[in-house]
Amino acid sequence: MTAQGIGVALRRKEDARFLTGRGTYTDDINRPGQVYAYILRSPHAHASLGGMDTAKAKAAPGVLAVFTGTDMQVGGLPCGWAVKSKDGTPMAEPPHPVLAQGKVRHVGDPVAVVIAATRAEAKDASELIEIDYKVLPAAVTVADALKPGASPLHDKAPGNLCFDWHLGDKGAVDAAFAKAAHVTKIEIVNNRLVANPVEPRAAIGEFDRGTGEYTLYTTSQNPHVIRLLMGAFVLQLPEHKLRVVAPDVGGGFGSKIFHYAEEAIVTWASAKVGKPIKWTAERGESFASDAHGRDHVTHAELALDKNGKFLALRVATLANMGAYLSTFAPSVPTYLYATLLAGTYTTPAIYAEVKAAFTNTVPVDAYRGAGRPEACFVIERLVDTAAREMKIDPVDLRRRNFIAKDAYPYQTPVALVYDSGDYFTTLDMALKSGDHAGFDKRRQDSAKRNKLRGLGIATYIEACGIAPSAVAGALGARAGLYETAEVRVHPTGSITLFTGSHSHGQGHETTFAQLVSERLGIPTEMIDVVHGDTNKIPFGMGTYGSRSLAVGGSAVVKALDKVVNKGKKIAAHLLEASEADIEFKDGKFTVAGTDKNVPFAQIAFSAYVPHNYPIDELEPGLDETAFYDPKNFTYPAGCHIAEVEIDRDTGEVEVVKFTAADDFGRIINPLIVEGQVHGGLAQGIGQALYENAVYDEDGQLLSGSFMDYCMPRADHLPSFSVATNVTLCTHNPLGVKGCGEAGAIGAPAAVINAVVNALAPLGVTDIGMPATPERVWRAIAEHNMPNAAE
Amino acid sequence: MTTVTLTVNGKPATAQVEPRTLLVELLREQLGLTGTHVGCDTSQCGACVVHVDGVSVKSCTLLAVQAEGAQVMTIEGLANGNDLHPMQAAFREHHGLQCGFCTPGMVMSAVDFAKRHKSPTEQQVRVWLEGNLCRCTGYHNIVKAILAGTEAMGRTAS
Repeated sequence: MTAQGIGVALRRKEDARFLTGRGTYTDDINRPGQVYAYILRSPHAHASLGGMDTAKAKAAPGVLAVFTGTDMQVGGLPCGWAVKSKDGTPMAEPPHPVLAQGKVRHVGDPVAVVIAATRAEAKDASELIEIDYKVLPAAVTVADALKPGASPLHDKAPGNLCFDWHLGDKGAVDAAFAKAAHVTKIEIVNNRLVANPVEPRAAIGEFDRGTGEYTLYTTSQNPHVIRLLMGAFVLQLPEHKLRVVAPDVGGGFGSKIFHYAEEAIVTWASAKVGKPIKWTAERGESFASDAHGRDHVTHAELALDKNGKFLALRVATLANMGAYLSTFAPSVPTYLYATLLAGTYTTPAIYAEVKAAFTNTVPVDAYRGAGRPEACFVIERLVDTAAREMKIDPVDLRRRNFIAKDAYPYQTPVALVYDSGDYFTTLDMALKSGDHAGFDKRRQDSAKRNKLRGLGIATYIEACGIAPSAVAGALGARAGLYETAEVRVHPTGSITLFTGSHSHGQGHETTFAQLVSERLGIPTEMIDVVHGDTNKIPFGMGTYGSRSLAVGGSAVVKALDKVVNKGKKIAAHLLEASEADIEFKDGKFTVAGTDKNVPFAQIAFSAYVPHNYPIDELEPGLDETAFYDPKNFTYPAGCHIAEVEIDRDTGEVEVVKFTAADDFGRIINPLIVEGQVHGGLAQGIGQALYENAVYDEDGQLLSGSFMDYCMPRADHLPSFSVATNVTLCTHNPLGVKGCGEAGAIGAPAAVINAVVNALAPLGVTDIGMPATPERVWRAIAEHNMPNAAE
Repeated sequence: MTTVTLTVNGKPATAQVEPRTLLVELLREQLGLTGTHVGCDTSQCGACVVHVDGVSVKSCTLLAVQAEGAQVMTIEGLANGNDLHPMQAAFREHHGLQCGFCTPGMVMSAVDFAKRHKSPTEQQVRVWLEGNLCRCTGYHNIVKAILAGTEAMGRTAS
């Protein structure tokens, strides 16, 4: 290992520019002659569009153009994942217009765009557009949207149903329930969330009349995917004439995976207007147009034998798709959710039914964890509830049902094969690190201060490293899910690494440089990592689903293998030895068993200045590209323990202690991994206690700004205790599993289990998310003062 | 249009602005200082914090004309050439940033905090950060960085 290689907590290369204000985010880019777009959005949740008069807006100061759906006749925004219903019929896939065509379906639906010399002029002019809306009844919940007689959103989605899907063996589950000693039942609302990266979405479209090439700068986690979707489906532009750049991106959390209308609007309009066009979301627009997350309503039942062994799990979920299908929406409540319902347990029979519907709300898609937090919450709330009902210690009940250490590869009843893991050790690490044994004393100390203290445990598993393309394809994906890397060795031995992954906070410029440093023995100062530009990188599927290192990093390893193999051929020539005798170690090619060697930099120089070179057998140059398609998902898993204190008088919940023990496989940079866990935990605690996207019955988003939507702040959170257990992934060359989503998956269940544990002495058995002071206070009041009304 | 004259990062600056122009718009769009960011419309996120006459201020809450005659410092003016300011160095050392978008506001806010607190507690840092949102770090390493940066600034001053 070099001092900068695998396992070193190297300080980040990218920090120098971010700390000095020299990052380049999309809104920081200004193109010559640039003008601005303002998107006029629907104020109504559901309405048909009558007349639209743009004449006054077109005549307003600074305005260059106003376009509506009538002007912009292009393809709809495509959906990248197709799901079939139980009966084999394809899901309803209604059109998703870029600008409204005759109808609006959620508050925030884009209706028109104004292009003007300044942002202010574009916004001012938008207020002069006159639109005759005929308001229709709205449905914001799946239950309401599926009611007979509900106002239909789409002609092509009868009854507002998108799909009615299932997974698992219903017969086996029914039989197991029939012989169960105990059945635990719960009702769960998995609250709707808004990803809210601090950088709002932005896009700049530019058309070069000389070359006919379009460039889109955009806040994306996957620029090649945007190029493919927008080029092939929306604007019908060939890819060699379309460049998509995702420069520094200020956080994504899933919400910047998807192809959004504004990207197509600025690209298309830049050619019409003949000038580069910038659009930047105001935060209110982010709330009303970034894809939301979660929003499930679930009934779940767990069958157990008399010893607490899980016999079967039955789950019925209503999933809110919002008004349209966002890019990967159908995969989230199906293949990223129900396939994880085994969790860390040996439950032999599982059956899940998922009904997805269209509602008059912002489209819902992947948000950090995407389906896996929802699955974890179902399982871990069931386990804790069953433990209480059967009077079994919740730790003990988990241990009784964990998959055994020697059971891998482990086939679950819901399609996945776990390759490695050790949930017993991870649980023990968390119990020890969180001083589980000392909890009773801490509870008594809290009681002396008139506080209710509770401890909650959640174990989780996730399927990451998305995904083997053939498997994903069989499950409905309309794209491959490999990753690419190009290692370009320069003549004097420095390196540029091009990756199809995208970094928007994850620190790839450091971690990926460490991979190269480890393998080639070169200091990271000599290695630059380039990402986010379709003109520079061969291809790329981008960053989501904790896939960057497991898939993108594996592609880097593959490309490095090719560099080393070619280097050996060159070294054999220079050292006048057989290629089979050349070893590469510590940055030197050596003839085995001798001290004859040639350093890597000299090989690089020979490759580009091939004066003494096996030119008859080998091409000059040292620049290798690899595509890596994973063989299986990876399965990070862990155990999270939350401790809360509740103020009896106000109902306020404080997370006073949080312990995470996670297994991410091999760790390249522990500093970065811990940071990823911290961030995920904050989002998970946010879901449990603070965050909620609330619509009123007319479809108005009530929590549509940072004034109303409670983002976790520094004084909402404790410092975290984070530990890692390592079982290696068996099927990728680095043994890595991925760490990006873990915190957001385990934390909500751990926190709610802790809150219920704290309130259990009062007789409380459940509390909804977010467990706000009002909700908790009401629960305390109802259980504490049963005769209060008398 | 109105003329506004101020000092930014030690250099005089003059610009013609609409009366409704915010200080952050003047900095980003007319003076090209894009290190100061905008993350919300409601003065909640703190990505736009700069120093005005030595005090941390959300530059989205101030009209450009209100900064007439003021000494403004942005994130671009904090380091001494290639040497990071102690607070910037502490953020790097403690991995107090991920995507980097909230970072300029966090650092500028933290520098003001450090000037006001000699030996702060973790809780004081967390309460001070009420006006700065970060979605990446869970604040854990930001708090560590600010405590370390505050100590380092104290050492430098003494």
